[in-house]
Amino acid sequence: MSHDFAPLPDLPPPGTTVGVIGWLRRNLFSNTINSALTLFAIYLLSTLLPPLFNWLFFKADWIGDSRDACTSGGACWVFVSARFSTFMYGFFPDNETWRINLIFIALIACMVPLFIEGFRHKVKLGLFVIFVFPIFGFILLFGGVFGLEQTETSQWGGLTLTLLLASVGCVAALPLGIMLALGRQATNMPAVKSMCVLFIEFWRGVPLITVLFMSSVMLPLFLPEGVSFDKLLRALIGITLFQSAYIAEVVRGGLQAIPKGQYEAADALGLSYWKKMGLIVLPQAMKIVIPGIVNTFIALFKDTTLVIIVGLLDVLGMVQNALNDPNWLGYSTEGYVFTAFVFWIFCFSMSRYSQSLERKLHTGHKR
Amino acid sequence: MTAAVPNTAVENEVMIELRGVNKWYDKFHVLKDINLQVAKGERIVVCGPSGSGKSTMIRCINRLEEHQKGQIIVDGTELTSDLRQIEQIRKEVGMVFQHFNLFPHLTVLENLALAPMWVRKMPRKEAEAIGMQYLERVKIPDQAKKYPGQLSGGQQQRVAIARSLCMNPRIMLFDEPTSALDPEMIKEVLDVMIELAESGMTMMCVTHEMGFAKTVADKVIFMDRGQIVESNPPEEFFNNPQNERTQLFLSQIIGH
Repeated sequence: MSHDFAPLPDLPPPGTTVGVIGWLRRNLFSNTINSALTLFAIYLLSTLLPPLFNWLFFKADWIGDSRDACTSGGACWVFVSARFSTFMYGFFPDNETWRINLIFIALIACMVPLFIEGFRHKVKLGLFVIFVFPIFGFILLFGGVFGLEQTETSQWGGLTLTLLLASVGCVAALPLGIMLALGRQATNMPAVKSMCVLFIEFWRGVPLITVLFMSSVMLPLFLPEGVSFDKLLRALIGITLFQSAYIAEVVRGGLQAIPKGQYEAADALGLSYWKKMGLIVLPQAMKIVIPGIVNTFIALFKDTTLVIIVGLLDVLGMVQNALNDPNWLGYSTEGYVFTAFVFWIFCFSMSRYSQSLERKLHTGHKR
Repeated sequence: MTAAVPNTAVENEVMIELRGVNKWYDKFHVLKDINLQVAKGERIVVCGPSGSGKSTMIRCINRLEEHQKGQIIVDGTELTSDLRQIEQIRKEVGMVFQHFNLFPHLTVLENLALAPMWVRKMPRKEAEAIGMQYLERVKIPDQAKKYPGQLSGGQQQRVAIARSLCMNPRIMLFDEPTSALDPEMIKEVLDVMIELAESGMTMMCVTHEMGFAKTVADKVIFMDRGQIVESNPPEEFFNNPQNERTQLFLSQIIGH
């Protein structure tokens, strides 16, 4: 007689636990309370959604160039389309807006290869986008050379300004934040450590609105007569320093999550401090803190709207500006819904990108 | 077990010397007046109960721990707080850890090539060739492109040994290299270590593998409560332990 081990055949699971019906049973009607809640939610959605969609789409006015076109009682998207170019470009001279478009298209062209699997020069291209591209963008935006008409920073506005503030804030604050995080961990250098702690705690302790206000109102009082910084530049510096403190704390969390053995293995191989951090610790720590960093980026992206208090008009500022136009009084709902939609698009894309990045970097093998 | 590996110690050339080394964690006195000499090619096995300071002692040799009193001289260079000297010594001293400590974000081959490239300034191609060579020596060249997390514990530890060897060290330190392994994987790691011993490497190994000690050690050191209690060649150590504490330890460890 044979004693061979014969595994039992795999059977399919019972029909009521899989498929659509199984899903419904498990998630929506698993017990009385759950079923009641499901029915209540269906009732709510059925009363709320139809009027909302009617207003947003079916009864909305899309075509026209003045408020006279808005007669049907739904949303008046004509307001948005009529003012679209100021929402996007601010007060940038009309015949120069191609420069902004060009920057945007060039940036997208540079970014696309970064998403392509197996593209070999990702690091070089990334460094190019971070270090060289801003110079190119600044020249195009500011002008004054190569026959480009010079623009004033006060003409920069709308979504252009929002993106400028957010991207400079993120790109400049990231390295600064990493350095601050490393400094805060440097227990063998008490002076460096306490300076970093002081810096971080100071900037984390003040609201961004105060920072912007100080940079625009207080700073000029301390500067000698005749010396003046550009208002936008001051706001950018303020935002960068503010943001770097938050990033520093997020990165510190990542650094603390790296097991001591990783530091020891790097030490034992004779790697110097910077090589140990740059090759072993930071790549792992940054991977852990991607969600946290993107979270602060999203928060910053939305916080850029605060620059309105120092007289810089980002996309929200431009919308509010347009609402004061006597020709378009009374369309604030449309204006704010549009602004919210623009912000949502950007924030949601950032969030999705961070998730795909997490998945891609997940070698997922602890230790 | 395989027959004893022939003695390769070169009597007059001292590779590691500890003179009156003391160390405290706060008020806890972990190392008490440690004196020890390791000759070139000599293989030392350090054993003792947990908390006896054996790991701390070998971690002092490449300055993962700092000693507070006494001298540690490695390959002619004294360990002080001079960073450059520490890095110099670490280039010459390889270390294998209980938990492998491979870099999980790098492939096996990248793990191996990293230090030669960044510390020895070797071109990538050359560093990877050396990496492959050692990977073959630990008998897992087919795992080069995998990430450490995809390997078994025994394979990971063999990669960790290969990673240290890629720096072409003059001394190898092992800190309980088999303690975190499943029993069936201990042998593959010990085999690699025995082969390394045969090649004449100066080795210091904290381990509870008494079979390994019998096979390769030139000297077995028993530590207890921060002191070296007994230090003898394996035959003497196992057959005729001098100290009562050693006898008790051996009876417990070999008894089952």
